[in-house]
Amino acid sequence: MIEITNTRMNHLIDPSLHIWGWEISVYLFAGGMVAGMMIILGFFFFKGREKEVDCVCSILPFLSIIVLSLGMFALFLDLEYKLHVFRFYTTFIITSPMSWGSWILILVYPVLALSVLLKLPKIISKLFPKIEKISAQLKSNRKLVKSVGVFNMILGASLGIYTGVLLSTFQARPLWNSPILALLFLVSGLSVAAALVHMISKSVYERELLAKADNAFLITELFIIILFVIGMVTSVKIHQDAITLFLGGPYTAVFWIFVVLMGIVIPLIIQSLAVSHKVKHTPLAPIFVMIGGLILRFVIVNAGQYSSWY
Amino acid sequence: MARYGMAIDTTKCVGCMDCVVACKTENNVPEGLNRDWIQTIVNGEFPNLTMEIRSERCNHCTNAPCVSCCPTGASHYHDGGIVLVHHDLCTGCKACVASCPYDARFINPEGYADKCTFCVHRVEEGKDPACVSVCPTYCMTLGDLDDPNSEISKLVKSKNNHTNLPEAGTIPNIYYLIGDNND
Ligand code: SF4
Ligand code: SF4
Repeated sequence: MIEITNTRMNHLIDPSLHIWGWEISVYLFAGGMVAGMMIILGFFFFKGREKEVDCVCSILPFLSIIVLSLGMFALFLDLEYKLHVFRFYTTFIITSPMSWGSWILILVYPVLALSVLLKLPKIISKLFPKIEKISAQLKSNRKLVKSVGVFNMILGASLGIYTGVLLSTFQARPLWNSPILALLFLVSGLSVAAALVHMISKSVYERELLAKADNAFLITELFIIILFVIGMVTSVKIHQDAITLFLGGPYTAVFWIFVVLMGIVIPLIIQSLAVSHKVKHTPLAPIFVMIGGLILRFVIVNAGQYSSWY
Repeated sequence: MARYGMAIDTTKCVGCMDCVVACKTENNVPEGLNRDWIQTIVNGEFPNLTMEIRSERCNHCTNAPCVSCCPTGASHYHDGGIVLVHHDLCTGCKACVASCPYDARFINPEGYADKCTFCVHRVEEGKDPACVSVCPTYCMTLGDLDDPNSEISKLVKSKNNHTNLPEAGTIPNIYYLIGDNND
């Protein structure tokens, strides 16, 4: 038997780490959702869907800018030395995922702004005819639209992967220290974004397409979660200990009930019935997917901090 | 260039916490926070017990994740491999705090990441760190691990020792001495 006593009782460090609260979970959720929206938007631009009147491309860039800004505001709130926030942009540290993320986020904004121009919401076209003119000119250049589509997809994928890599590179926190986390967060971001488009799109074609896509993302997510758990269970002792948090430990119920059952399995069943026209499309399944995605970030951020080498 | 490390003789340490108090006084460490602490590990079944008492702090790792993950360059290697934080570069993002497997860091109420500095301000004047200088059992030694003739190198060579969580791959530079080599 080993008994360890420690005189240290540092605020937010002991007895277990709790330095990152809701702000980081919300930031990761927002980042993942924007990543998913950018990939979908990029795909639509690539396919030339911006020519359709009811295309969701007129909403997604705007929404992405708002959601991303909210996420970045949450991140800002988390900083303990807020006045120094500009320090992220006075350097680039190649070994630091957070540094990569900061720069990716900065690149995302101009691409989203350009995307807004490519498919202006009607209200803007009416209010600002000059902008409408610029937009029409840009839109007529098919190559440009395609390139913006590709940039959206690349940056979206980078952003989605980054939200997972940020955590997975912390070897000090065994639960996070799995490369699968990057994929999990990317696919979860995609499923959340697909759910959103499924819910808000005015086009029947898009709703059907995104419901089908979301089903594929949810199935993939389920597989990734299973792989994540298997990877941890069959890994070294500290990983085995870490995954007990989800297998009997304090995060078991919230993970399996809210993330897996409510956030993946139930909406998957509902949406499968909807795409085979057995039930109507309702916002219920997409809302479940989005709440599940948010809870996933909360659970991973909190449980990861709970796991350690000791 | 020196490579600073510390040897802490666990067979001498009595856990009196003088080092903890000295550090707080020397470095004005805010109330409720500690840059160094005492860990006591009791091993075995009664009556066959062993006990290791050791004074712990940042290991000034050679492969420090807190340095590599810092997005602003605030966490850095100072001369002699001492891991320090530039307060004016730190954003308080806490990545470094999450990255340390030893939980050696914390956030100073002023907003920057804080931890043991090996009392670099004293070491650069040729003095010992505060903790080393007050220890009543003389169990701590700071010195150059790259110099084979330094006291620390001789201690590490002549005594059985271990580092803390070497399997974490951080290459810690604090050696815990656990008895003579010929024990
Ligand atoms: S002990 Fe922790 S804070 Fe100190 S250098 Fe190593 S990883 Fe960094
Ligand atoms: S809290 Fe400061 S020292 Fe630590 S990683 Fe962030 S910027 Fe770097």
